[in-house]
Amino acid sequence: MLKILKYSFYDLIRSRWSYVYLAFYLLLGFVLLFLNNDLSKAVITLMNVIIILVPLIGTIFGVMYYYNSKEFTELLLAQPIKRSSIFIGQYLGVALSLVMSLVLGLGIPFVLYGLFESSAIWDFSLLLVTGAMLTLIFTALAFNIALYNENKIKGFSYAILLWLFLAVIYDGLFLLSLIIFETYPLDKFTLIATVFNPIDLSRILILLKLDISALLGYTGAIFNQFFGTSLGLMSALGMLTLWVILPVWNIKRKAQKKDF
Amino acid sequence: MTKAALFRFLFIVFISFSFSNGFAQIEVCKTCPIKTIKEGIKQAKPHQKIIVKEGVYKEYMLIIDKPLTLITKEKATIDGENKGDIIQIFADSVTIDGFHIIHVGSSHTTDYSAIRVDRSSHFLIQNLELRKIFFGIMLAKSKYGTIRNIKVFGDAVQQHNSGNAIHLWHSNHVLIDNNTLIKSRDGIYLEFSDDCVISNNISRENIRYGLHFMFSNRDEYRNNTFENNGAGVAVMFSKKIKMIDNHFQYNWGSASYGLLLKEINDAEIIGNTFEQNTIGINVEGTNRINYKNNTFKRNGWAIKVNGACYENVFTHNNFLYNSFDVSYNSRINNNTFNENFWSGYTGYDLDKNGFGDIPYRPVKLFSYVVNRTPNTIILMRSLFVDIIDFSESVSPAFTPDNLMDERPLMKQVK
Repeated sequence: MLKILKYSFYDLIRSRWSYVYLAFYLLLGFVLLFLNNDLSKAVITLMNVIIILVPLIGTIFGVMYYYNSKEFTELLLAQPIKRSSIFIGQYLGVALSLVMSLVLGLGIPFVLYGLFESSAIWDFSLLLVTGAMLTLIFTALAFNIALYNENKIKGFSYAILLWLFLAVIYDGLFLLSLIIFETYPLDKFTLIATVFNPIDLSRILILLKLDISALLGYTGAIFNQFFGTSLGLMSALGMLTLWVILPVWNIKRKAQKKDF
Repeated sequence: MTKAALFRFLFIVFISFSFSNGFAQIEVCKTCPIKTIKEGIKQAKPHQKIIVKEGVYKEYMLIIDKPLTLITKEKATIDGENKGDIIQIFADSVTIDGFHIIHVGSSHTTDYSAIRVDRSSHFLIQNLELRKIFFGIMLAKSKYGTIRNIKVFGDAVQQHNSGNAIHLWHSNHVLIDNNTLIKSRDGIYLEFSDDCVISNNISRENIRYGLHFMFSNRDEYRNNTFENNGAGVAVMFSKKIKMIDNHFQYNWGSASYGLLLKEINDAEIIGNTFEQNTIGINVEGTNRINYKNNTFKRNGWAIKVNGACYENVFTHNNFLYNSFDVSYNSRINNNTFNENFWSGYTGYDLDKNGFGDIPYRPVKLFSYVVNRTPNTIILMRSLFVDIIDFSESVSPAFTPDNLMDERPLMKQVK
């Protein structure tokens, strides 16, 4: 598995797209810091980027890589290698190279602007951790979609749809249900509904860290009680990890049974 | 020298002699003939000056019933030993200067205070330091006085068993200047007190309000700093209040705001700075108020309008990086927003006259939704919310469609 991981990883970090991705984050980081020079404000702006863009890139890259390397995968399948190693190795190769671009691309500008002397370091690390988690989650989901769909076009559209659903439509339905059932106590429902969407979960996690939790009023107080403690933070990160583990486990399960 | 001139001379000598006699100072100290302040007050004639030397005087219920000046240059301490009111003033033209007053003692039935001024006028209370108090300075039905350079360090924890640092009840024409008021219930509380001026004070970490008006008219407060108070500053049921050049900052919490206006008419709010409050100004039932040259910076809500507000004018204000600039809970708008600077404005100025060419709508659909269903705040900063805000700003359906700034400024107001 490690060999395949290494191969995919090197293959990807040599590819043009990884550089474009890395360059994009570098540029974004430098421009943001150049424009307001305030680390904590830049972290807020970055949050908006991370919770929208990172899942999108993860999904597209994952699907694209799977379809592009399909012939090579079939070649590998002819060899005496465990199926799970092939697919998990490829998945990790893609996900880790994306995580690396993200961490380096955002890390370098912020470190150069004096992140280590700033109080924003914890917020920033939380931002990077959630960004990395989102990459892992959405790449895994993309691999799942690709495994289930032989047809490239279908796979791509499902992947885009998945991103659209979790980034936009889910929040719309969430908002609607909150308004329709406004006469009921909704605190538990709100908490559960955010946990079921990794994008919402990451957003809330970062918002609560960014000192605007008081804005969230009574609802925020409940969230703060839950996520504000280190136990809550751990459980939220645990939830995100679960979001990684389940799709990866399904990749393994599906790959074992799939007929090529 | 004529006879008349001699008489005049003698008369002046006589007058000045008798006056100097009358103004002879009384000294109070541990080794003087007069050892207690109470004894000093008892022996003093009207308009006499009592000088208290250094030391701790364990006294309370010092009743001043004649015009006196009670002064210490050596920071003498009066320790009330938690027994009740420490100084009570029932006479006009009394001056209290320079003391440390500690241990007032609390009660659930009586408002004990370090200094109580009752039905008196022309008092001057200055340069005091109050610690371990219940109420600090309490004015009742008094007028034409000055309170300045007072430092109050309270230790209030709960509202029901703590008092206010400076409390005015039915007291008019009082100047409250240059005081530092920390950790009481209210920093300054005015009830039925008209024509007072409150200036250059710092009021912070009070558990209820930094400044609190009830039924007080024509008062003015300027250049004060209100910081980190439990709920901010409250101005309620008052008319013609002037609020000028104050700083309201860091009033942060789920029930906090910089300034609460309730049932206020004809006020002027000019040149104030609201920074990092959960709600900058919470407005309810206010009419004919001019908001001018204020800066709202990084608040949760800059202005939250809760209804029954008519003919208010917002002009030349800066709205900088607030999560919500203006929030409304109805579709009816009778207030005017004109020529303000909005950091969220994305329009352009083709004719270069300094005003944006397309109007700015400060009320977002999301703030309307949040007003209706507070739980939805959890979706703040999500992409979906940005999308509905954008579509609402293109064609308003839920927010007041006449609520907009027709001439948004392109540059910040200095």
